[in-house]
Amino acid sequence: MSLELIAIILGGLTIGSALMVVLSKHPVRSVLFLVLTFFLISSNYILMNAQFIAVVNIIVYAGAIMVLFLFVLMLLNLRKELEPLSPLMIRLAAIVAGGTLFIVLIAALKDGIITTTMASQNIDDLGLVENLGKLLFTKYVLPFEISSVLLIASMVGGVLLAKREKQVID
Amino acid sequence: MVLASIFESGITIDYYLILSSLLFSIGVVGVLIRRNAIILLMCIELMLNAVNLLLVAFSTYMGKADAQIFVFFIMVVAAAEATVGLSILVMAYRNLRTTDVSIFNKLKG
Repeated sequence: MSLELIAIILGGLTIGSALMVVLSKHPVRSVLFLVLTFFLISSNYILMNAQFIAVVNIIVYAGAIMVLFLFVLMLLNLRKELEPLSPLMIRLAAIVAGGTLFIVLIAALKDGIITTTMASQNIDDLGLVENLGKLLFTKYVLPFEISSVLLIASMVGGVLLAKREKQVID
Repeated sequence: MVLASIFESGITIDYYLILSSLLFSIGVVGVLIRRNAIILLMCIELMLNAVNLLLVAFSTYMGKADAQIFVFFIMVVAAAEATVGLSILVMAYRNLRTTDVSIFNKLKG
């Protein structure tokens, strides 16, 4: 099987499962399709020889964030109330707006693209841990340290917001 | 015209351009048509992933690894955003007993 065929099949599956995220009625099913989408995006990363990002994508997105979403869905217990659909006009307008955005994005980026193929430009160890780690701890060490502050702030914020309060704010 | 060039030659950057633009557009449509706030947050994650995919594609085609570091930072910010967003959602659910975003209109005059 050629590389192009694999890439096209993977891309089609990614688009299909992303569509199922938006279209499926049940929220849990939507979360599971989003996990599938993240795995397919990771396989796209592996196809582009970015192994570190692929593994981190699976661990952080499919492992941590989506489990958080699933837990919140189970905590909220939304099974009884069915989500009411938006009015037909709003749905139609949303689909037209999304399609227009897609066309505009393609038209805007079409002229700015690089015309070389992947094989001639690809460097073998570009996306491996060694190369990225060197870059992360030399050139980008300040943003790396600041991101730890961001994570602590979000952790404190999450605990503070989700804590049950004594009196209910109306 | 862009679509035809993918099928003729090998995988060019056009392919990833179209793929990530489509994913981003699907995320935007999802935010506009769904009313469950959790699904809205999930569609935002989908849009962030579309941007990540395009950044990695550009990084691979350019032969520079800097964009993959940016993807790493985007993941950090997305994790923080999901945590705070979901805890705000849990708090809103406790007060209003719903996650329908059309009910969250107390700020409207």
